[in-house]
Amino acid sequence: MNQKLRIGTRKGLFVYERTGKGQWRCGVPDFLGDPVSMVLRDPRNGNKYTALNLGHFGVKLHRAESGSREWTEIDAPKFPKSGDEDGPAVDLIWELVPGGADQPDTLWAGTIPGGLFKSTDRGESWTLIEPLWNRPERANWFGGGYDKPGIHSICVHPNNTRCVRLAISCGGVWESQDAGDTWTQTGQGLRAAFLPPDQAYNPVSQDPHRMVSCPASPDHMWIQHHNGIFRSDDGGHRWTEITDVPPSVFGFAVAVHPQDPNTAWFAPAIKDERRVPVDGKLIINRTRDGGKSFTALSNGLPQGPAYDLTYRHSLDVDDSGDILAFGSTTGGLWVSEDQGDHWQCLSEHLPPIYVVRFDKHF
Amino acid sequence: MATVTFTNNLKRYLSCPPQAVPAGTVAEALQRVFADNARLAGYILDDQDRLRKNIAIFVDGQMVQDRLHLTDALQPDSEVHVLQALSGG
Repeated sequence: MNQKLRIGTRKGLFVYERTGKGQWRCGVPDFLGDPVSMVLRDPRNGNKYTALNLGHFGVKLHRAESGSREWTEIDAPKFPKSGDEDGPAVDLIWELVPGGADQPDTLWAGTIPGGLFKSTDRGESWTLIEPLWNRPERANWFGGGYDKPGIHSICVHPNNTRCVRLAISCGGVWESQDAGDTWTQTGQGLRAAFLPPDQAYNPVSQDPHRMVSCPASPDHMWIQHHNGIFRSDDGGHRWTEITDVPPSVFGFAVAVHPQDPNTAWFAPAIKDERRVPVDGKLIINRTRDGGKSFTALSNGLPQGPAYDLTYRHSLDVDDSGDILAFGSTTGGLWVSEDQGDHWQCLSEHLPPIYVVRFDKHF
Repeated sequence: MATVTFTNNLKRYLSCPPQAVPAGTVAEALQRVFADNARLAGYILDDQDRLRKNIAIFVDGQMVQDRLHLTDALQPDSEVHVLQALSGG
């Protein structure tokens, strides 16, 4: 089966198919003109999901069965009616992941504002995970980039699917060991330079931009934080900050090798009001030794002036750990088939890219 | 019967032809339309059943006053237009 790469953009869903070494073909876009906030191909059954943010008309979710491009609208996550005039409503589906292999119909969704939702029927219906929503610490969550806080990273432990870890901008890192019934704030060691000094290590006020877990070693995790790069080898309970990563520790995206937890990639930018590549040179940073050293990968990437910013969901690695892709706010899309040593540009003219995801098969 | 007409822009997403419904208020008219077209409700109302921020409703040429509860009264032959604000990008 040819590798497929799904690109969610401000103006639709684009799917690239790898037809041979270095050969990628773009199909006809779906949802042309509509903002795509998240995409997922469920590796357990091949079903595909596309989340839209239609603005005037709200957040929508569509599903296409395996092998089909016929999209059907299904229910999107929705907050229960609160009876309050200012009750919550979903502004954005920001994350969508499958449950474990032992829960073939389960999906998890993270939203703005800060809601975690679960479906046990392949997205036909959704339930707000109230034990997290009702945590008193939520009063201290706040928006980062968006006006309201949001859940953008959900990591379901592949060997213990009752273990769910997630990251919130801004609300830090949380863990449930019982499929969402109870939650613990984790994230010790994360540091927020944007807070008063005595609050810098307060775990509830952290702004992890993106959190990923190594599929083969799920307790090994990486965070690209507002404040820098962090790694954990205990499932996100304690984090070590990695400093002095040229050209910048700031960024939004991180991807981890599916088999090697010491190998990860980052998309650096100037912190933090400018948010463009340092010196106008677009690079991807790679570590292969757990963050002890980094290599700036630029072969095939524009070396200036380039103003491409990579959002948090716009860098991904495939099942093999060899093929990488990333997309930018200015519509650039690049792939590498050798872990980032060489890059090829697939397009400079896509709409602004929100999410880049390879189809995963396990 | 009041006639409820939806913006043409919604036709990209779902079918929503004009409907004649017996209703005394805007809220009642929408409820009757949504009873036969549940998916449409989510395009007009948010999670809390509030009118979405960038949706405008006109009754006989006048923008509705009560956006929260949609209690604006209808006449038997009222024309209700559900429209969207314009946006760029």
